[in-house]
Amino acid sequence: MNIVVCVKQVPDTWAEKRLSDTDKTVDREGVDGVMNELDEYAVEEALRIKEAQGGEVTILSMGPDKSVETIRKALSMGADKAVHLVDPALHGSDALATSYALAKALGTIEHDLVILGVEATDARMSVVPAMLAERLGASQLTFARKVDVADGTVKIERMTDTGYDVVEGSTPAVVSVVEKINEPRYPSFKGIMAAKKKPLTTLSAADAGIEADKVGLGGSTTEVADVTARPPKQAGQIVKDEGDGGAKLAEFLAAQKFI
Amino acid sequence: MAEVLVLVEHVDGAPKKVTFELLTLARSLGEPAAVFVGNGADNAKEKLAEYGATKIYVAGDGDLDGYLVAPKAEVLAQIVQQSSPAAVLIPSSPEGKEVAGRLAVKLESGVITDAVGVEDGFVAKQSIFGGAFNVSSKVSKGTPIITVRPNSTAPEASPAQPTEEQVSVSLSDAAKKAKVLDRITEKKGGRPELTEAAIVVSGGRGLGEGKNFELIEKLADTLGAAVGASRAATDAGWYPHTNQVGQTGKTVSPQLYMAIGISGAIQHRAGMQTSKTIIAINKDPEAPIFELVDFGVVGDLFNVVPALVDEIDKRK
Repeated sequence: MNIVVCVKQVPDTWAEKRLSDTDKTVDREGVDGVMNELDEYAVEEALRIKEAQGGEVTILSMGPDKSVETIRKALSMGADKAVHLVDPALHGSDALATSYALAKALGTIEHDLVILGVEATDARMSVVPAMLAERLGASQLTFARKVDVADGTVKIERMTDTGYDVVEGSTPAVVSVVEKINEPRYPSFKGIMAAKKKPLTTLSAADAGIEADKVGLGGSTTEVADVTARPPKQAGQIVKDEGDGGAKLAEFLAAQKFI
Repeated sequence: MAEVLVLVEHVDGAPKKVTFELLTLARSLGEPAAVFVGNGADNAKEKLAEYGATKIYVAGDGDLDGYLVAPKAEVLAQIVQQSSPAAVLIPSSPEGKEVAGRLAVKLESGVITDAVGVEDGFVAKQSIFGGAFNVSSKVSKGTPIITVRPNSTAPEASPAQPTEEQVSVSLSDAAKKAKVLDRITEKKGGRPELTEAAIVVSGGRGLGEGKNFELIEKLADTLGAAVGASRAATDAGWYPHTNQVGQTGKTVSPQLYMAIGISGAIQHRAGMQTSKTIIAINKDPEAPIFELVDFGVVGDLFNVVPALVDEIDKRK
């Protein structure tokens, strides 16, 4: 089973995130980058499938040079090798352009399964896995909280608002995972040392056969017209409970016509 | 005026509230045309007409419900190619966003998700980074595909006499790749759905143990609210993950959000910060959630919540 895990470096959740003044993309220079948290679950799931059934786990990441930190982390968790899709031409790609570029890069890597986190914590669109399935003509098995792989068939439990759906498809398949699926391992010291020697291939847009006019800010199909910082919220009324907290809260709710 | 397509989100034909919100929004932008995919259209038509659909596209034949997401995108793509609408509006649910994504690939059109409003010229309003910035975006290529969050628009009835058009679809093999074998309902019914509810009452670490969620449920039922939970509470197994509010969970934007025993870490705020009115009960006066509130009570939730339930009952 050849598994590719797509990982993305994102601004640290705790960092103050902002958009760049010049081109209104996520400012990735001024903040610490970390592996998108949900991608850790994707890496873990890939490693578990490999450990049970054999095969190879390849990390694919699209992003600027510093994404290498995130790639190394995935390798130190136990992935076998990595491909870094990096090109200034890709900067500012929207979801449609990103899915195009990733699909092209996936064309250079043998894969039965592609696994991703359900969303990146910066843009939070959660559309790229579905877009990839569409582009690759692969089975879309997304929002998985459980994945079973047997004989070229992948069965998942897909989280829904009211419970879950059991969904099945053949390989090749694109799987996205939610965080309740597993508990990602921490890289061991041995893993961190080994990661430094694992193959990391760098791919430019041209190497992957990506047409430059379909990616980047120019190739994107959406544009940000305006960004404004939200005005700070006016301080609310805060009371200390002296036995009357419930009553005061009820008064507030009544004044606002909620009760 | 050009048509604005609205994908109907429904359960066995009964449209969800967000559908009426989108029809109301579509009326301000063009001719609202509902697209119904799956079984049970007869249960939906009257309501769709009531909220102003001037046309209803029905794709009901074949086993459209038996496959995941892809059939809906195929139906929409077919209608867009036939009738060149001004835009496509889709509920910003996990499935809605995936439909939008696949549709965008098929049409090579731009897609914007999680809009909290759509204005003239299909300018989408979004709130990003946990509500820190307001962004206006536009689709610059193709037919705008915009997913809109529930509770973004107040649904207003405006009865219309819709024409009906049957859409016959022969699904591609690619659309049949992910088969839905079973749909399991884990949650007991009775409470409104989290993302659609006008009021959400959420509990967190301060509850101490899972069985204390009874307090949250009781308050929620008193208010006709949905129940949410912080990540700390779902990680501890106190409440199902389907009810998790925040980054990596659901994003909610109700009229009233009550955070009880929740400190308000940034992950939680990312999922509830756009709520219209925010209330918190927490024993720690320094809890960051108090920065967001319209009204906060510093105190022991085990005293304040039962007292609040009594007060509300008295006023009924």
